[in-house]
Amino acid sequence: MIVNEKVAIDHGLKKDEYKKICELLNRIPNITELGIFSAMWNEHCSYKSSRLHLKKLPTKGKQVIQGPGENAGVIDIGDNDAIVFKIESHNHPSFIEPYQGAATGVGGIMRDVFTMGARPIANLNSIHFGSTQHKKTKNLLRGVVHGIGGYGNCMGVPTIAGQTSFDSSYNGNILVNAMTLGLVKKDKIFYSKAAGLNKPVIYVGSKTGRDGIHGASMASAGFDEKIEEKKPTVQVGDPFTEKLLLEACLELMAGDSIIAIQDMGAAGLTSSSIEMASKGNLGIEINLNKVPCRESKMTPYEIMLSESQERMLIVLENGKEDQAKEIFDKWNLDFAVIGKTTKTKKIELYFDSEKVADIPVNTLVENSPMYDRKWKKAKLPKKNKINKDDINNLKIIEVLKKILSNPNISSKEWIWQQFDHTVMGDTIQKPGGDSGVVRVHGTNKAVAATVDSSAVYCWAHPLTGGQQVVCESFRNLISVGAKPIAITNCLNFGSPENEENMGEFVECVQGIGEASSYLKFPVVSGNVSFYNQTKDQGIKPTPSIGGVGLINDYTKMITMDFKEIDNVVIVIGKTEGHIDQSLFARVILDEKNGPPPEINLFNEKNNGETLLKLIDNNLIKSAHDVSLGGIITAVSKMCIKGNKGINLKKPKYLISELEYFFGEDQGRYIVEINKKDQKKVLNILNKNAVHYDELGTINENMLFLNEKTKVTIDELKGFNTKWLKEYMSN
Amino acid sequence: MKSSVITFPGSNCDRDMDVALKKFGFKNKMVWHQDVELPKSDLVVLPGGFSYGDYLRCGSMASKSKIMQSVINFANSGGMVMGICNGFQILVEAGLVPGVLLRNKYLEFICKNVFVKINNKDNAYFKNINNNVLELHIAHNEGNYFCTSDQLKEIEDNAQVAINYCDQSGEIKDTFNPNGSVNNIAGIFNKEKNVLGMMPHPERMIDPYLSGEDGSLFLKNLINNLK
Repeated sequence: MIVNEKVAIDHGLKKDEYKKICELLNRIPNITELGIFSAMWNEHCSYKSSRLHLKKLPTKGKQVIQGPGENAGVIDIGDNDAIVFKIESHNHPSFIEPYQGAATGVGGIMRDVFTMGARPIANLNSIHFGSTQHKKTKNLLRGVVHGIGGYGNCMGVPTIAGQTSFDSSYNGNILVNAMTLGLVKKDKIFYSKAAGLNKPVIYVGSKTGRDGIHGASMASAGFDEKIEEKKPTVQVGDPFTEKLLLEACLELMAGDSIIAIQDMGAAGLTSSSIEMASKGNLGIEINLNKVPCRESKMTPYEIMLSESQERMLIVLENGKEDQAKEIFDKWNLDFAVIGKTTKTKKIELYFDSEKVADIPVNTLVENSPMYDRKWKKAKLPKKNKINKDDINNLKIIEVLKKILSNPNISSKEWIWQQFDHTVMGDTIQKPGGDSGVVRVHGTNKAVAATVDSSAVYCWAHPLTGGQQVVCESFRNLISVGAKPIAITNCLNFGSPENEENMGEFVECVQGIGEASSYLKFPVVSGNVSFYNQTKDQGIKPTPSIGGVGLINDYTKMITMDFKEIDNVVIVIGKTEGHIDQSLFARVILDEKNGPPPEINLFNEKNNGETLLKLIDNNLIKSAHDVSLGGIITAVSKMCIKGNKGINLKKPKYLISELEYFFGEDQGRYIVEINKKDQKKVLNILNKNAVHYDELGTINENMLFLNEKTKVTIDELKGFNTKWLKEYMSN
Repeated sequence: MKSSVITFPGSNCDRDMDVALKKFGFKNKMVWHQDVELPKSDLVVLPGGFSYGDYLRCGSMASKSKIMQSVINFANSGGMVMGICNGFQILVEAGLVPGVLLRNKYLEFICKNVFVKINNKDNAYFKNINNNVLELHIAHNEGNYFCTSDQLKEIEDNAQVAINYCDQSGEIKDTFNPNGSVNNIAGIFNKEKNVLGMMPHPERMIDPYLSGEDGSLFLKNLINNLK
């Protein structure tokens, strides 16, 4: 095939990008080379629109062993133990083919983690769907849930937490973000940097097929009417092979024969070989005839661009080939020496004794395009004046019932019961709490993890929204008694070529950076997913934040269920009754404008750290952060989980009952304390200048409000648990 | 007491079972599916997981593994063989216990705690256990036990039903059947009661910080019975 500008454009490259390729090579590339450039220079692999802004994120910290730039981030949790973790998007393929898209998303992120030598110990996911009324939503949800379960369950890795939301802005572009945590010894971490000349380059895992060709390019463009034609770009997963690959890799890693290892994810053999060469400042030579292929007559172009799953590339020490092959034979996996490292600093490919590609590595990586896209700053919307007449007629318990059965609050048990969350025998906090918690096998330590996003806040004001998501992650970890350590981010946005969408990205990233820097909660890994748009319509900006924290003594872990009758319940943090952008405003008042709740980073940090101190002193019986739906929603969930009631009272503030109980002010937690500890707790809060209100005491099974209104917890439970099950069975 | 846990390609509860058996005093050995000989054992466990990716039929390929001939011989000579979840599916495929395991009734994977009623205590697995009801944990996609009515009659006549899904009080009703199993059957013996296949995972219920402790009860009792 003759390469020209049109062919380049069909590959998703821009005119001037094609021109730059010709200049860099000093000739016209052949079709294989063009394919390689298009795979490396697309948005998904090159981060050309985001790099400039991502640089500003805080990535360092006392416990950070590896920040962004590797397969995943790594943090130190003491005693020579480290946690490897990352979140990644698989949005585009999941919309086209929900089961395989979601499954391979889970498979891909687990590979990123075990590539570094870590055994995966927990999975999480953040999934977002269109309106519950949209005709595609039900099938997409079912397919995605089956796909996540199908892959994770088979791998034997527990899925311990997640987040699901519904919003019409995802009607044409769902989001599937998958996160994995792995455990590794600090001195046995593996990296992707090749080193040494004439070292064998080894291909292991599944055979290469024709699936997923141009997957990364597909994920770098928006959708239109021809979306169905893109099905062949979706990869097909085989979790069984990945389980074998995991065991085989860990077995090989126990020895000392690996120099560098890299999984073949987006852009397959192309990006894995180039990344290893680039990091090692070396060249790589590959004989494509040696690549194990599933189908006959595959061309060099197809072999290089296939995104077949469950494959790894390894640079091995000389002379260790037989020993390594024995391990992969045992696990029934392909093993082939396909090339070697060279000093040329080029990627050189041979096929049928002919050289089919010859590209300097730096042209693909360092010289890849980087754009300073135009972006528009968002103004802080004006506060809404709530019409008192609108809310005076509302009955608070009726409102509560509506909120508890709202799709975005309703129990997600139907989803997480389909995920094996107990395999590996260390899950001590299951999905449905503030964070999932797994023990570090055989120790007293436990790791907590949560994944959060607040697209509505980010849409209303990206800067505040970006800050808020990081704070919420911080709070969810503290609520289970974990000290927050670091985050990973999955940045889901519309088109970077649209100034407003780009502005949302820039300001959300700024907000994330500000909060993570203030809270000493650095970003150690992540991924960017642009072009979540259909025609001109982008999604609401949705950065998902995956937070990880440590509990030194797991017997001190906190759960959110109310524990004991007569215990006292207080809310930590100040309540101003912020209604704009709250679930109450959107669902009950049908009001979509106004600013999101303000973030006060000082209070976030102070409130959180003080609560951790209380937990450490065994003064807290249960805790839950206040988020969507405000105080009364949080309290109701604690009642439902603990099968207990509460006598709830509003303190004498000037704001109305509805504002007090449904407002979404930030930095707040509900906590349960024993009466005998009350004085001590309030003293500590006062001493640390932490605001609190006393809310009431726990009773057997009723929610009483200001002694006049009441409802049974069973009834509230019904409202909270029924919706999703009924929705999915209709 | 010596135990052996077989690892098939795709097994994923093999380590959990190893941890649990050791916790209650077994000297456990992991056995690779391509081995020919079983080590000397008082108990052989086929663990949960997705042996051979559940391809073809759950458990069918694993039931033809090299090691399985030794397991079958061991069982036929009266040795204690316990299959959990995928291990149960392998036992069924190997013909060591009657019936088949179909896809769950609602076509969904289920991971949750369930109650099971012990139906027969006249065997080495449940003898001396005080409780009549245990709270255990299930996590499976194909646990819907099925057999023909003739088979069912034979199974019942021989008292081969080990445990049934029930509620906390031990009542066996369709409402408490998580997967559509015939007569709420959650576990079943061979005729001689030395082979037990069951869907619930006792190894996931072995300390109060996990889902519960009834797994400890079962495994502690089991090792005492074998002594």
